Amino acid sequence: MRPADVPLPMLAASGLRSPRGGPEGQRPVDFDLHRGQLLHVQGANGSGKTSLLRMLAGLLRPLAGALHSEGQDVRRDPAAYFARVAFLGHANGLCGELTALENVRYALHVAGTPQSDEAIAAALHRWRLEGCLHLPASRLSQGQGRRLAIAAVALGGKPLWLLDEPDAGLDAASLDQLWRALDAHLDAGGAAVLASHRAPGTAASRTQTLNMDDYADAGYAVSVGAA
Amino acid sequence: MLATLSQLALRDVRLAWRRPADTLGATLFFIVAGSLFPLAVGPDPALLLAIGPGVLWVCALLGILLSLHRPFTQDHDNGALEQLLVSPHPLPLLVGVKLAAHWFSACLPLILASPVLALQFGLPPQAIGVLVLSLLLGTPTLALVGGLGAALTLGLRGGALLPLLVLPLYVPVLIFGAGAVSATHAGLGAGPQLSLLGACLCLAILLCPWSASAALRVALD
Repeated sequence: MRPADVPLPMLAASGLRSPRGGPEGQRPVDFDLHRGQLLHVQGANGSGKTSLLRMLAGLLRPLAGALHSEGQDVRRDPAAYFARVAFLGHANGLCGELTALENVRYALHVAGTPQSDEAIAAALHRWRLEGCLHLPASRLSQGQGRRLAIAAVALGGKPLWLLDEPDAGLDAASLDQLWRALDAHLDAGGAAVLASHRAPGTAASRTQTLNMDDYADAGYAVSVGAA
Repeated sequence: MLATLSQLALRDVRLAWRRPADTLGATLFFIVAGSLFPLAVGPDPALLLAIGPGVLWVCALLGILLSLHRPFTQDHDNGALEQLLVSPHPLPLLVGVKLAAHWFSACLPLILASPVLALQFGLPPQAIGVLVLSLLLGTPTLALVGGLGAALTLGLRGGALLPLLVLPLYVPVLIFGAGAVSATHAGLGAGPQLSLLGACLCLAILLCPWSASAALRVALD
């Protein structure tokens, strides 16, 4: 039993099995992610990082297992869970014909965290995208598009971030900024799940690592202890 | 909530406006295909008047069929659809607004063009009025049912499945829509047909956004 004064984990997976990879799916994944912690999901290509993140985001139905957020089964009240979660997949969700500002404004509305145009412009300035504010998203480079999507996640200010390879296509300065944004998010009591081939530049003391390769090789579930 | 829905509608209408070739495709097809019939059948006024309602409705239906894939395909490719699915707002509502915006940008121009096309068939003014009214009541049903079909066939290669899936469901709307116009210029009232079109629309509003959003969740699973 959990002592009463220990806060419930922001996200807890128990026996979560992905329907991808093999007829009986992958081996079950267990973890507890508390406020202020980062879960770094690593592993070879095709080891199931994206499937895991899609399961955590509620996009992919797991074969078995349960996902709890602050003690609540997320399937009981998906809307309340979605209100706490920001998901960034492989695609940036940007529409080429709309400007950066229109894209972010729309994305924040859909995420349930609308912001004023001034706040969006200020955030884009912080991410060195001020020149792109009124540029169609199709004219942005891949790295700029990625930065814009990350800026939208950061601007939404939701407590749990699920980021699938956010570092893809980022230059050194943007990468540095991503780690700083993650640090600030964890400092503010948020939590994040990050799938990446790169070791995150956040403090090691609050980073847990989940190696998806273990689930392909080992015949048993590997649990990740809280750091 | 309302601000979000209006943002969503505004975004889709704006997108449609910035892609005019895609959006006006339905209307242009309707105009061109509808104009071919008087040229092919010949200038016999009685014949044109007789086939007019049916031809106009079939051309409108096929035109709308051309634009059906639009609301979801591109959002699926660029990841915006994923974001819609993880939104805390109810998905059927978002899908409904998306389909409404699609109707507004793709079907409304077609309805506005229909009186001009009807003149080519020599329809009397009263029948033209009923034609516009029947299109106003019928095309939202086509857009909603088409949206369900588009959600069900999302991500599948080959475009033949969507028309095959959707066309049988379009039959009642086609029959009542063309029937309303025919009945008017035969001197009967168009009331029953228009009421049935309205009933079809109510049913579509009730069922399509829900089933389309369920289909989207399956398509992205």
